[in-house]
This record gives sequence, structure tokens and C-alpha cells, in this order.
Amino acid sequence: MRHEIQAPEGATVGDMRQLLDARELSSVELTEAYLERITALDERVRSFVTVTRDIALEHAADADRRMASGETGPLLGVPMALKDLLSTAGIATTCGSRILQGYHPPYDATVYARLRDAGAVLLGKLNMDEFAMGSSTENSALAITANPWDLATVPGGSSGGSAAAVAAGEAAFTLGSDTGGSVRQPASLCGVVGLKPTYGRVSRFGLIAFASSLDQIGPLTRTVEDSALVLSVIAGQDPLDSTSATVEVPDYHALLGEDLRGLRVGVPAEYFVEGTEPGVEAAVREGIAQLERLGAELVDVSLPSTGYALSTYYIIAPAEVSSNLSRYDGVKYGYRSADGADLIETYLSTRDQGFGAEVKRRIMVGTYALSSGYYDAYYLKAQKVRTLIKAEFDAAFERCDVIASPTSPSVAFKIGSRTADPLAMYLSDVFTIPASMAGIPAISVPCGFSDGLPVGMQLIGRAFDEATILRAAHAYERSTEWHMRRPELVWSAGG
Amino acid sequence: MDAQYEPVIGLEVHAQLLTRSKMFCRCGTTYAGAAANTHICSVCAGFPGVLPVINEHAVELAIRVGLALNCDIAETSRFDRKHYPYPDLPKGYQVSQYDLPLASRGYVTVGNGDDCQQIGIVRVHMEEDTGRLLHRTAADGTVYSLVDLNRSGVPLLEIVSEPEIHSAARAREYVMKLRQILRYIGASSGNMEEGALRCDANVSVRPVGEQTLGAKVEIKNLNSFRMIDRAIQHEIGRQSQALANGGRIEQETRGWDEAAGITLAQRTKEYASDYRYFPEPDLPPLTVSEDRRKAVLGRLAELPDARRARFISQYGVTADDASVLTTARETADYFEAVLTHLGERVPARLAASWVTGELFRLLNRDSLPITETRVTPELLAELVGMVHTGEVNRGSGRMVLEEFYETGGSPRAIATERGLMQISDTDTLTPVVRTVLDNHERAVAEFRGGKQQVIGFLLGQVMKQTRGTADSGTVRTLLLRELSEEPTKGPVPH
Repeated sequence: MRHEIQAPEGATVGDMRQLLDARELSSVELTEAYLERITALDERVRSFVTVTRDIALEHAADADRRMASGETGPLLGVPMALKDLLSTAGIATTCGSRILQGYHPPYDATVYARLRDAGAVLLGKLNMDEFAMGSSTENSALAITANPWDLATVPGGSSGGSAAAVAAGEAAFTLGSDTGGSVRQPASLCGVVGLKPTYGRVSRFGLIAFASSLDQIGPLTRTVEDSALVLSVIAGQDPLDSTSATVEVPDYHALLGEDLRGLRVGVPAEYFVEGTEPGVEAAVREGIAQLERLGAELVDVSLPSTGYALSTYYIIAPAEVSSNLSRYDGVKYGYRSADGADLIETYLSTRDQGFGAEVKRRIMVGTYALSSGYYDAYYLKAQKVRTLIKAEFDAAFERCDVIASPTSPSVAFKIGSRTADPLAMYLSDVFTIPASMAGIPAISVPCGFSDGLPVGMQLIGRAFDEATILRAAHAYERSTEWHMRRPELVWSAGG
Repeated sequence: MDAQYEPVIGLEVHAQLLTRSKMFCRCGTTYAGAAANTHICSVCAGFPGVLPVINEHAVELAIRVGLALNCDIAETSRFDRKHYPYPDLPKGYQVSQYDLPLASRGYVTVGNGDDCQQIGIVRVHMEEDTGRLLHRTAADGTVYSLVDLNRSGVPLLEIVSEPEIHSAARAREYVMKLRQILRYIGASSGNMEEGALRCDANVSVRPVGEQTLGAKVEIKNLNSFRMIDRAIQHEIGRQSQALANGGRIEQETRGWDEAAGITLAQRTKEYASDYRYFPEPDLPPLTVSEDRRKAVLGRLAELPDARRARFISQYGVTADDASVLTTARETADYFEAVLTHLGERVPARLAASWVTGELFRLLNRDSLPITETRVTPELLAELVGMVHTGEVNRGSGRMVLEEFYETGGSPRAIATERGLMQISDTDTLTPVVRTVLDNHERAVAEFRGGKQQVIGFLLGQVMKQTRGTADSGTVRTLLLRELSEEPTKGPVPH
């Protein structure tokens, strides 16, 4: 197994910290190495929609100055990249959509501001499914991102660019957003660690909204330790986000450990059902067995409403989409069709030409669900089911501390294989959606391979108890070597 | 029209709240006269990714209004999104309150005495204002529109009345009363010309005696009291006439054409928007604890009706003066400040008449608000005190007031300088009286001939000689004394 650090850009955030603090390498050198790597690899992977070369070098020089003046911090001088729905002042932010063509936000998302304060270096913006709607990144209006493990397969989505960039070693870490699994599922498919924090844990200010009551920003990293480091920087109450929680942010990194004695791991029968690829199920079951070997106690739990989560999600999320996306009308920013003779025609042709098929499908479903006369039957009922799903998790967490399941029912699938069948695509998120609906944290950690492609294990935790899932995932990761494997592509690109 | 139809009117009043910043961002609200789009930010311009943060002062003012309108304040209310596409609405939805408004079930009292009526308030809810469109025509004739978002996100209250109003005059009276209350508690400027107070009226008519309501017509954007009066009046007539002619009233939205003096159809119910309300996921529910409600109640200013009643009972001012003095809070505050400076020795009634009479005459002449006059309560109190003690008479007092109204300065100094201090001294006045009698022998003769009323003429002459400063009582006594002391100069009266 090849896991020694061959090139700095293949290292973890923790490794880079050591190199930077020991002055073996400057942030500018590190950043240049990443930029070279992006140049070498990204024609094939296509994680990036924008590479901010000049800004990156500026940030790196700034970080070097800060380090020279004695400052340090986990992310100071570390190169990273952001999903292209996180607002970056003056830098194109497309949300993977034609409708935001030419749009440069006038302000920074809170997470970006926090990363900048911590001294992280912005390499660029990452590809995604349009408005984060999709599970393969094929819905991007800008590019098709490939999975670094097999360029003919998808990286998952919607944060496909964020996952592929980390897997390909194009960034030390990235941020994605997760509404129904958009961080965890691509992390699983690309063999990296993906964390969806508790709803309210990380400020959404500056995150271009998909479904406001579900969206949450999370890190994609090579290791659980890195995930804890990044979360500590981006988490916490934000006066600009009224839904961000005032719950105190612990030092997630300090709480990591390798002993799982006393930890109760719930195994829900509803997550081990027909439809999951046998190779995936086998890897996840082996992962759960490993948790037991580390001292955890396995508990059978039941989450009976799991089967309703997906359909409920496809009422609530589109309803919010239909509302959130009504601002894109061609009047203020982004794309405007020249075909309209009057206001209504301009609206219609702008939105017709500016949005892709999946986005339009969800706007229509959501508009219908909120329409007078249908609201009670759809939206209101879906909210009731959501309450039920939450209650079932609460009940399960009285018997266990962490719930383990597959992250995705399948490994990465071929590009184009599911685009004609939206329902098959929606099933990619069947195991990630329930935790989203309940607003609770969940992490995907690499747990093996099936057909040569990575498999992820999902660990779900109690609200605001990221520390426990990080601890379990970290202990697991330290006792296995899955996270050290790298795609061939990465080695072939050299370092 | 004729008395066979009874109008039923309900009003929806939108009031801009008097906050320094907008409802969900920190942009300022003093954009009047500013260039377009100079009071905007990413939040009120609805840029992608922004989130609302509620203005706590707007909530405070809204609770105040709810309490002043005798409403129940909801412990938990909620914001909802109201969707409709229009370029003045940058997010494509307006954040409003739908099924859980902040305040509900209140009332407002209008009219006096037998004509007094309590008009029910259905609900009071908070929402954000929209931007504005400016329609232009280019040199080549192309019509285009510009969007100004300065107003976008300004906090509004919507106050919905029960359909309990039965005349245009009462509707107008109701809105005036609302405005008075809003101004009293500092919740809104209530300025209709600036759009800080806007009114939509729901008007229907039904045959007298009928219990069910007729089809409702909504008249939008009644932006002055005159418009409220005229538009509702016209609409009642139009509907009554239509029914009398055997027609039917369509439920629809109409607008008021000020020039033509008629209401015009805008859209019928068939085309009514489906606003697709749903709870605003970016804002947590709004909770108002019992403690907070009580705290706001404690801070609430005395309302106009209560103040008027107190002025009558505590100060003994006339009902009419009390009404005038309490119309605006600033006037009532002014009046009470005058009383503070006057102290107990001078009757409040006298001060009231100086405020509502002499001072108001000048202020009205110059359209000057009472808060901007040079006549401070302290100075007016000084003058009223001088009138009360007889140092100046009322007429001289008026001249003194006019002078310090224009230039400022102390009333006493002006009265002294201008020689307007009242003369009650008999040694000073006796020679003047004698001179007048000497110069008007005919009048004196008439008086002695029994024509008692000539005394008035003679008194006037003395006042003229003293430029109005003589104390008329003293002059009258002196005149009578002089006239009776010199009987030899004319025929004996008896």
C-alpha cells in the first residue's frame, strides 16, 4: 500500500501544518504545487469551474507573512476550494447554472470569511449540479466532472466537484453543501470524508439557497481529523443567519480518540434492504463489525418512517426551491434572455433558457405543492412526516449514540447511466435524506471498495453532537487503511 | 345613493414603521429624496445567498401598535413568504405574516358621545415594503421601466379592520384615528403624502336589513384622506346604482382615478394571484413573552383618548380645547410643558386658550409645527402669567406674542421695551382720561344726557391714547368718577 507522503499536495491538512510550521515549505510553494496539479489533472477531472490563481497566490503570500510574524493556526496557508454556490465577493459564483452567468457576488459567505480569517488559501470554485439539485454533478450547466477513481463514472453530487477535487489531490480540503446528501454521497463515491453538520451548526449566509430548511455547509477532506479541524473553523453562531444556533462550538479536534468502548452503535434494519449493491452492503457490514472490534456495542434500532423520507423530501425541498429560485428573473443580475418583448415574456424566456431540466422539474413540483388547495395535502403533510422522522431518530438515540448505515446504495455509476431516469437518480440519496430531514449531523467515511470503486459508511449522530460521530469515524479510520488509498490518476499525474 | 342600500366597508391600512433601519438588514430608512438604489444592500436587493435578520425595534413598535389598538399579542407568531413576480419585489416573494399574525382581535374608538363607535381590528401583522418602478419613455418612444429598491425592505404594518364601517366619512375618520394613535406612540410618521400610510378599502353594499354581505370590491392605493372619502363615496354610489338597476356586483379589484373621480376595474377574482404562502424557513418563529408584552405596555405613551379625558378632568379645560390639544402628541406635550412652567397659580384654561387660540393662529398661518416655533413653553408660560396677573392685557399680550414668535426673546422684555405693560396706575391714567373727556365734549354731553353706552366709546379713546396698554377696568372706574365729579360742565343728569 502506498500511503507515504510523496508530494505535499497529497498530504492531509495536519501534515501540511507540520511542513508549513517547520518552514520546510511556504504557503506560496504549496499553493503553486496545487495550481500545477490542477493544471495537470483538471482537464480530465473537471472539478473546478473557476481557478483563482492570482487570488490564491495573494492569499498564500499573505499567509506566509502571517506565519513569519509568528501566527499559526490549523488552516493558515492551507489551499482549499469552495463549491460554486458559496458567495465570494468579486469572484464568479455560478451555482452550476446558466442563469447566474456573469454574476459576481458583492459580498462573502460567512464560511468563506471565516476561512479567510483563519488564513486558508482559495484555489477556486468547484463544479456542482445546478443549484445543488442532483446526485451526479451531471446537472451542471458548465461541465461534467469525472470521478478520479474511474473517469467514466460520476463523482456523485451535488458537491461532485468538491469531492473529486479532494480525491484527486487538487485541494487540501473543500467545502460542499448538503441538502439531502450532497456532501456525504459524493464523499462516499470519491473515497473521501464528507460531513454534514447539524442544521444551524454552520452559517448559511452566502450559501445560495436550494432548500433553506435543509441546506447545510460541510467539509470534504481526506481524513476525519481534517474534517474536525475545518468544522471548528466554520462552525458557530452568525448574527447574519437567524437559523444558526447559539450552541457552543467544542474543539472537535481535541475530542477525537481511538477508543470506542462504551459507544453504542445503532444498526437500523430499514437501511439494509434490497436495492443496495451487495459489495456496498458487505463493505458497510464489515465496517460496522470493525466498530464493534474497537469496543463499540452494536444495538438494533428501528426507524420505520425511513421509507417515507425520500418522497417527503421531494415535496419539501422542491417547495422551497420554487420560492428560493423565484428571484432569478433576469432583472437584477445573471442571465437575461433578449427574446422577451415585454416583462412576462422576458421572465419566461429568461427562466426557460437559464434553468436546466432538473431545476425546472423541481420548480414545477414545488409550485404545485404550495398551490392553494394543495398545500395541506402536500406541504403540510410532508412537514408532519418530517416531524415523525425526527421523533423516530430521537427515540433511536435513547438506545444508541451513533447510527451506522451505508452512505449510498451504490458505488459510482457510469456517466449518463441515470440521467434519463430521475427516480433512479433520486434513490442515490435514500440513506442520506432522513438525517437531512431530521436536521441531525452525519458523516461519510471510506470503508472499502466494491468493483474497484470506493464505498462510504455513514455515521449519524444526535443534534449538535458532531463530536461523537467524528470520534467514532476517526477511531474507525485509524484502524483501517481505506482512506490512504489514492486513485491511479493521482499517482500518474506525479507530484 | 338612496337609503335602500347600506354600505359595508373594511379597511386595510399599511403603515411604515418609524425605524432607523430596514426590516431585515441595516440599510437606513431615510431615503426620501435620495438617488435611486443608494439605500440598498445585498439583503434588501435580494441577492443570492442572503438571509433576513429581524429588526428588533420594528417588533417593539409593532407590539406597541397591537397594544394601542387593544389587540391580543400572539406569544408565537410566524413569518411567511408571499409569492408574486414583479420587478419591484427583488426576491420574488414578500416576507409577511399569514396565518399567525403578531396581533389580532382589537378595536379603535371613533366619534364622540352618541356618535361613538368601536371599530374592530381583525389583525395587525408585520411585513416588508417593496421597491418602486419608475416608468420612462425614451427619446425614440420606447417605454421602459427602472427599478428603485430604496424602499425595499422597509418595515410595514398591515392593520386590517372588521367590515364595520358604514360611510365614507367614518372610513376617513377611522384612518385619521389610526394615524393619530400611530403618531402618538411613535410607531409611524403617518405621512400619507410620503406613502408612510397607505389605505386599501373593501367596499360592498347590501339592501338595508339584509344580513349577508354583498360582493366585495377592493379599491387599491387610497393615498390621501380626500381620496378615501371620494373613492369610497363614488364606489358606494356605483354599486347601489348597479343593484338598483338590477345589475350584479363582481368581486374585483378597482383603482381610483383621481382626475376622472371614478373607480376603474383592475383585475377580477378569476385572475387573482395564488400567493403560495408558506412559512419563511430563514426566520425562526417570533416569540413575545408575557414579560416583554408587559414591558412594552409599560413603555406605551398615554393614548389620545385617555389624554383628552385627563385634560378635561385634571386641568378643567373645555372639551373642545382638550380635543384640539390632544390631536397631536407634540401639542399635548407642549401644553403640559406650559403648565409645568406656569405652576398652580394660573388656571390651565387660560393657558389652553392661548395655545389653541393665539399660538395656533400663528402656527397655522405659517404651517409651522409646534415643535419648531421660537415660542417655547417656558416663554408662553411667562406671557400667560403676565396676562393672568394683569401686567399685560390680552390685546397687548397678543402683540408681544407676535413679536417673540417672529424674533424670539423674553415676553417681559418686549412688553417693557414696547411700552405694552398694562397701566393700572390711576395717577398715570387720570390725566389721560381728563384729556379724552376734554376732547370729546359731545360724547360727554350725550353720556350725561343718559346715553350710558357712550362710556364704551370714551374707553376706546383712552385705550387708543395708551396704545392698548391701559387696564380697562381702571379706566372705566376713572371715567365714571371724572364724569360724575364735573356735573357743572353740562346739564345735570337728574
